[in-house]
Amino acid sequence: MYRSNVLVCGGTGCTSSDSLKIVEKLKEEIAARGLEKEVNVITTGCFGLCALGPIVVVYPEGSFYSMVKIDDIPEIVEEHLLKGRIVTRLLYQETVVEDTIKSLNDTAFYAKQQRIALRNCGVIDPEKIDEYIAMDGYAALGKVLTEMTPTEVIETILASGLRGRGGAGFPTGLKWKFAAANDADQKYVCCNADEGDPGAFMDRSILEGDPHALLEAMAIAGYAIGATQGYVYVRAEYPIAVNRLQIAIDQAHEYGLLGNNIFGTDFCFDVQLRLGAGAFVCGEETSLMTSIEGKRGEPRPRPPFPAVKGLYKKPTILNNVETYANIPRIILLGADWFNSIGTEKSKGTKVFALGGKIEHTGLVEVPMGTTLRTIVEEIGGGIPNGKKFKAAQTGGPSGGCIPPQHLDIPIDYDNLLAIGSMMGSGGLIVMDETTCMVDIAKFFLEFTVDESCGKCTPCRIGTKRLLEMLDKITKGQGTLEMIDEMEELCHYIKDNSLCGLGQTAPNPVLSTLHYFRDEYVQHVVDKKCVAGVCKDLLEFSIIKDKCFGCSMCARQCPAGAITVTDYTAPGKKKPAYEIDTAKCVKCGACLPTCKFGAIVKG
Amino acid sequence: MKSLAELQAIRDKAKLELNMRHENPNAIRVLVGMATCGIAAGARPVLNAFTEEVAKRNLQDVTITQTGCIGICQFEPVVEIEIPGEDKVTYVKMTPEKVAKVVNDHIVNRNVVTEYTIGAYK
Repeated sequence: MYRSNVLVCGGTGCTSSDSLKIVEKLKEEIAARGLEKEVNVITTGCFGLCALGPIVVVYPEGSFYSMVKIDDIPEIVEEHLLKGRIVTRLLYQETVVEDTIKSLNDTAFYAKQQRIALRNCGVIDPEKIDEYIAMDGYAALGKVLTEMTPTEVIETILASGLRGRGGAGFPTGLKWKFAAANDADQKYVCCNADEGDPGAFMDRSILEGDPHALLEAMAIAGYAIGATQGYVYVRAEYPIAVNRLQIAIDQAHEYGLLGNNIFGTDFCFDVQLRLGAGAFVCGEETSLMTSIEGKRGEPRPRPPFPAVKGLYKKPTILNNVETYANIPRIILLGADWFNSIGTEKSKGTKVFALGGKIEHTGLVEVPMGTTLRTIVEEIGGGIPNGKKFKAAQTGGPSGGCIPPQHLDIPIDYDNLLAIGSMMGSGGLIVMDETTCMVDIAKFFLEFTVDESCGKCTPCRIGTKRLLEMLDKITKGQGTLEMIDEMEELCHYIKDNSLCGLGQTAPNPVLSTLHYFRDEYVQHVVDKKCVAGVCKDLLEFSIIKDKCFGCSMCARQCPAGAITVTDYTAPGKKKPAYEIDTAKCVKCGACLPTCKFGAIVKG
Repeated sequence: MKSLAELQAIRDKAKLELNMRHENPNAIRVLVGMATCGIAAGARPVLNAFTEEVAKRNLQDVTITQTGCIGICQFEPVVEIEIPGEDKVTYVKMTPEKVAKVVNDHIVNRNVVTEYTIGAYK
């Protein structure tokens, strides 16, 4: 028994800022002071507050150290672990209130969160099955196998109102019911862990922080629909997740929680990993299954739906990681408990990956119906540098932008659709006034053009043409007719594409056209980009009367476009400089060098 | 895994370690003074004895934590026990041998071991 637990985040975010070296150093320092039998160092999954990583939490005190450096470790060990004096200097400063320390759960970032899917992330060691079991892990599987019929399991999931967390929000219980109703010699349970939206990383976080939750839920699903084999389709770009999943599968086998005759019943279930090469289209269900079969990941027309003919032409269910992560809790605590959280048509919680122009980048899990304002301003800590909120992008390349006038809408599946965006997998990118909406639409479209599999014409050619038009507009070569043509093309692509990728690809364009049409018109008519992003519409110049002739900018200019003039402003001692717009590459390197505000962009 | 009982056994064993990772407002807190004076007087074996004893008895709602010097260095090792809703009790000149009695009498049975408290020395 240890007297103290030191939890170090081993998620991808903190790992990339050397948290694993921190673990090593901690162990070394602890051993040097002979505390290794008293203090346990645990590598956990993501705490969610990625902006403050690497994160180290010490229990039982609950001290939350943020942005820890390797050099800080001796002090933490000596002062805190040896002498019991918390190193206040290194604490997350919001937890320090006038010399006392406030609970992490009372900080703005965590107070409004309700963690169901992320319940064990940052709490347990994901590589130890015992710790998962200690958090009631596999109890739900035990319950369904010994006390419930498959129909009762499906009824419970139906009654809970759980909807797919991967994007479209299809009721999970219904999916299971369809698959259960189809007779076949073999059925499959698949998990979509091919998280492809740029900026979304909640699935990775669950895989890294709580892999057993997924395995348990897949086994429950297997029991419910009558399948004995599961596949997790996970992208190879998630090495930590793949590694921990494999460890989890091996441990579950060792304990007999996967394999034959689980809990002494007739139920047998196994899970295998399939690594994807990170194609966005493989997040689409039919493509994903084709890819698992070892073929090229391309979609096929539906029907038949996977519940009828899925993987290897057998009835299959496919759910997203976050969806599965909710299942064990629903089984243990009941449908009514889950049902009581959220809005009328969207139950439970949703994890959002907060990114972009926001103070607290990270993962937040909030009840459905939380307003965007709460997420951005309270949990996310607002927008840095005193800038103004311009829009939030949800749903990644398939979603749309939400302008300030909709900040108070309770977020759920239906409300987001109504305002022209979608839940998607939960990416939430915050943009301030320095973001150009045309440029954002172009960014997402570039992504979908790259990722279009090419099987159907509307998506392959349509998105490419759309991107070309956007490109012209950002270069100042657009026309007003072009904007109308774009809109028409968007609808054509949406209506005619084969799969979800093409059907949603125009959304970023449509929603920015809807809410920020003025900005498009400015690009076309005034040839101006107010956000100062589109390079071709920018011009840098020096206000000569403000220039002291210090030459700082000229020395920074990589293109040699800044030269001295023979004009000396009144009251200044040296002649002013000027920018040759023909030579200027618009890199903006000169801007921060000027201490007198003489250089302007516009 | 052949039965629910087997799962339960693993859970009970692993749970104790994880209990520490929740901030539990109802927990009984054992605070061991671990400043230089406390450590010099032998607070570390006392702290470890508490940890062992609590683990041995499988007590769920007890957290053992360190604290700094409370200013009565001549009485170290000092241990304070806070039971929610009750007055704080301060034990002084603690030894690992005294720990079992304090855990048994005070934490489990709620009878303060008066002869070890600061009152007995004043």
